[in-house]
Amino acid sequence: MSKPKLISEDGIRTDGRRYDELRPIKMEVGVLDKSDGSAYVEFGKTRVFAAVFGPREVHPKHLSLPDRAILNCRYHMTSFSVEERKPLGMTRREVELSKVIREALETVVFLEEFPRASIDIYIEVVQADGGTRTTGLTAASLALADAGIPMADLIAAVAVGKVDGQLVLDLNDVEDKYGEADIPVAMAPRFDSIVLLQLNGRISKDEFPRALALAKKGIMEIYRLQREALKRRYSTTPQGGV
Amino acid sequence: MILPPHSKKDLTARIMQEKIYSLLQQGKRLDGRGPRDLRPITIQTNLVEKAEGSALVAMGGTKILTGIKVEVGTPYSDRPDEGSFAVNAELLPLASTTFEPGPPDERGVELARVVDRSLREGKAIDLKKLCIIEGEKAYILFIDIYVLDYDGNYYDPALISAMAALATLKIPKYRVVDGKLERTGEYFTPELTALPFSVMIGVLGEKFLVDPQIDEEKVLDVSLIIGTDEKGNVVSIQKNSPGPVPINLMDEIIEIAWEKTQEIRKKFLENVPVKLAQEQ
Repeated sequence: MSKPKLISEDGIRTDGRRYDELRPIKMEVGVLDKSDGSAYVEFGKTRVFAAVFGPREVHPKHLSLPDRAILNCRYHMTSFSVEERKPLGMTRREVELSKVIREALETVVFLEEFPRASIDIYIEVVQADGGTRTTGLTAASLALADAGIPMADLIAAVAVGKVDGQLVLDLNDVEDKYGEADIPVAMAPRFDSIVLLQLNGRISKDEFPRALALAKKGIMEIYRLQREALKRRYSTTPQGGV
Repeated sequence: MILPPHSKKDLTARIMQEKIYSLLQQGKRLDGRGPRDLRPITIQTNLVEKAEGSALVAMGGTKILTGIKVEVGTPYSDRPDEGSFAVNAELLPLASTTFEPGPPDERGVELARVVDRSLREGKAIDLKKLCIIEGEKAYILFIDIYVLDYDGNYYDPALISAMAALATLKIPKYRVVDGKLERTGEYFTPELTALPFSVMIGVLGEKFLVDPQIDEEKVLDVSLIIGTDEKGNVVSIQKNSPGPVPINLMDEIIEIAWEKTQEIRKKFLENVPVKLAQEQ
């Protein structure tokens, strides 16, 4: 297959965005009843649920830690989330992404508040159109907040990349497939720190700092939307007596 | 507001961390290296005659054996004129008390995928050169990485050993007789089209170190593996542990990665006979 044109002469991307625009984003907290915390996040056509169970008892027991909770994370894509049906079970990609997402969350969760317990995070990608790990991480962070798990910060995430020689924010699926580089970034914004970083592709080392700056710009907006979503769920206005 | 302290781990790890940090403040390390010194690298190729390519690489006390087996298969339908490769990695139980027998766990999967990413995005070999009959027959390289001895940072020596095994491949040639493939008895070595290498960089407080030895790796705040090619492109990054990387440190981290991967590249070219493709 030949590579389609991804950015037009006047700088418009395949889905009508400019280089520094995010896709339309929806976030809702507390969407699944049986879990202790949950969230649904949508970036364009990428749609993800996340749910948190815990802190709860560890099974099997010998895996528990005396001084802190263990954090488990499973990033998983439904079989129908992609063009060609994904085989059931965990692919190697999903195993790797589960690890880096868990490590990003471990950076901010106060695990020592819950010795011997486990906190289990499940991320289900129901439709994949690029940026599933970053959308999943953004949702997982909201679900943890919804479950009342103490954290030093929320985590907001987005991918930046290089497409037709140009840096762009929040890659969609075609841009990811045919672009030159895909760089998922997650940050704990109040610490101005990166908690997840990967790069797949090629980008000159001089261009890299500009890509990170673009990611940070998107992340600050996503972080704002996350806090709004939490406020929608939890803020109340005091009602006066009759 | 502070970040959770669990990255500081248990008491012995915390004592070790203080020691390593105070050494770093004086520009020193446990094994006598400077913060930006790599461990000595040795490369031996063609250790396994039954593999079409093989290499044993030691980086300090970490030893990695990579073998490449070549099979003839069908090209992918969306890339009919290309061969392919697959990377697997196993953390063998004889390499460390922390590795267990069984199918690769998430660390093994991550190692394989990080090496794969550097080879693929770094464009180490031209897959078109691995096609035998367009749409019908192509070579498939199975690049299998085994960690034999683990003394910290298995990523960089794993990529070096995969590159050394690739550079010294001997692939049987085929000719078509009556529509069937037949070995000619001759062999060829595909040219390398680029030289991707990676370096692991650890952060402790505001200090950096490269190529951590195991005691260091255990106590780092965070670590990243950064792959570059010889032209100054970054071709792979993996943050492979929990912990924050202050965003303002990234420029320096990328510069260190470039400098150290250039050093590895030089060492590689001195020790491995490389046929490098000419610029098109």
